[in-house]
Amino acid sequence: MNWISNYVRPKINSLFSRRETPENLWTKCPECGSMLFHREVSENLNVCTSCDHHMAIAPRARFAALFDGGVFSTVPVPEPVADPLHFRDQKRYPERMRAAQRETGEHEAMLVAQGEIGRTPVVCAAQDFSFMGGSMGMYVGNAIIAAAERAVESQSPLILFSAAGGARMQEGILSLMQMPRTTVAVEMLKEAGLPYIVVLTHPTTGGVTASYAMLGDIHIAEPNALICFAGPRVIEQTIREKLPEGFQRAEYLLDHGMLDRVTHRKDMRDELIAIVRMLMRLGPAVRGDLPAPDPVEALAKPAAPEAPDTRASEPAEEAKPE
Amino acid sequence: MTHYLEFEKPLAEIEGKAEELRALARTNEEMDVEGEAAALDKKAAAMLADLYKGLTPWRKCQVARHPDRPHCKHYIEALFTEYTPLAGDRNFADDHAVMGGLARFGDRAVMVIGHEKGNDTRTRIERNFGMARPEGYRKAIRLMDLADRFGLPVVTLVDTPGAYPGKGAEERGQSEAIARSTQKCLQLGVPLVSIIIGEGGSGGAVAFATANRVAMLEHSVYSVISPEGCASILWKDAEKMREAAEALRLTAQDLSKLGVIDRIVPEPLGGAHRAPAVVIENVRKALDGLLSDLSEKDRETLIKERRSKFLSMGAQGLAA
Ligand SMILES: [Zn+2]
Repeated sequence: MNWISNYVRPKINSLFSRRETPENLWTKCPECGSMLFHREVSENLNVCTSCDHHMAIAPRARFAALFDGGVFSTVPVPEPVADPLHFRDQKRYPERMRAAQRETGEHEAMLVAQGEIGRTPVVCAAQDFSFMGGSMGMYVGNAIIAAAERAVESQSPLILFSAAGGARMQEGILSLMQMPRTTVAVEMLKEAGLPYIVVLTHPTTGGVTASYAMLGDIHIAEPNALICFAGPRVIEQTIREKLPEGFQRAEYLLDHGMLDRVTHRKDMRDELIAIVRMLMRLGPAVRGDLPAPDPVEALAKPAAPEAPDTRASEPAEEAKPE
Repeated sequence: MTHYLEFEKPLAEIEGKAEELRALARTNEEMDVEGEAAALDKKAAAMLADLYKGLTPWRKCQVARHPDRPHCKHYIEALFTEYTPLAGDRNFADDHAVMGGLARFGDRAVMVIGHEKGNDTRTRIERNFGMARPEGYRKAIRLMDLADRFGLPVVTLVDTPGAYPGKGAEERGQSEAIARSTQKCLQLGVPLVSIIIGEGGSGGAVAFATANRVAMLEHSVYSVISPEGCASILWKDAEKMREAAEALRLTAQDLSKLGVIDRIVPEPLGGAHRAPAVVIENVRKALDGLLSDLSEKDRETLIKERRSKFLSMGAQGLAA
């Protein structure tokens, strides 16, 4: 991995997000109710500038902010059989799928990408809560397996951002079978001695929590994320009592030993870089945004990811997408 | 007393009438009811055959949850000798919703683990209706690990509405416990055979059933969510459980078509509860066959085959 291959890699992935510019210029924070200027919110990684509430962020936007220079390439995911059960509730499953695809501009509920963070090659997978609640079906399973396989091939760590209401009911038992399938993916990483970092985002529930999201080498959650197996409403119905404030939220899980850390989204990139580099036994990362490479210099002297780069002029700053 | 299911009401009437007649005859010696009673028996038998010929998925759910259905404890008592229960997760508690221990199946020493629902009010409460807490999964992990280290095959008997949705269960890491149990299943270098004897409820079932071979009783069900839960989410009406049960394809017959299970174990006419001895014998035969299939395989092969079984699962959809 050197500057040239990085630099010439198509940027198309990161430059387009169909939902980038909604007609509505204002976003209302669901937590504090503040009216926020949309651009301000997206520049702040969808974190409320008034109360720090972490709103959902689409995988592409997350990747654009995460990877060096916003550059990444997507990892292809094998397409599963469409509508394997011929499922129909009030709508047909294929209709629900098409509606979700129209709304999100995405193909399915998980995106897998490869690139560098702090000049460290990584594979990332992110679940898209806006796509049918991020639900885990055959595609999400295939995506996680593809991500693990790519990580093993390229000897890179896998960072997975979870967000899901649980299993995709429209795929019935096959959605349930993603629990063992994705666990096989985790086993592949374990066997290859590669780090598997899970970033649990709001909400991560059901079969997703009870499989790959709780099997990380390191568990980091975003603040106040709901993380559970059974949702609070189901529990309240079962035990017929009100649950305490903050129950099943990230900080609560941290207190109960289920997480390593709760980390603000703006600090996530630096933290991931630091963790991944230490686990991969690499030297400290180059902090800050990388300057545009001098093609001649870059050709002659490919940057070694192990060595701290003195060209970095900016102090510890986030690499922001354009 | 026989518990009749809702759809068995007409049957209950006929069988009830036959019984009444016979009871009457017992107190009144002049009465000869045998002819009439026998006719009713015949009618009942025909109706039973008819009812169970094409059970709808929702009816199968009801049979799978039948209060008199043989549970894990019955199978363990009937199929194994020298059963030696092992308790506790060495961490917090012993979960009575999960039973397990060393046992002998024929000559083979095995580790048997299963969900137990209980059979009356007292035992149902004690067993938490078969809904395990994290300690149950952690006990299972411990027992699987023990079996693995001493080279004993593992047999799991699955019968749970799902993992327990309680406050303490969540606090103590229900998700993590289930995930680790599934992971342990995948790591075992010994044969793992799983039989779904009643309800295979979601993650609580997968945690035991990520096996080399999975069999299901003819009228058992295995699903990502209960039909009632699915109906209330997708139909916004819990009363649509019949439709949901249909759509979810949770029957042994559909799961076999989907390639999710390897074998269907036949039940006696009218369901396992009508002739427990028969179903127990059928399970014995199935288990013996499944364990024999795997007995010659070495550690690496067992792990590799189990993994690829799940990796390739679902690739064909219903055409599998
Ligand atoms: Zn706010």
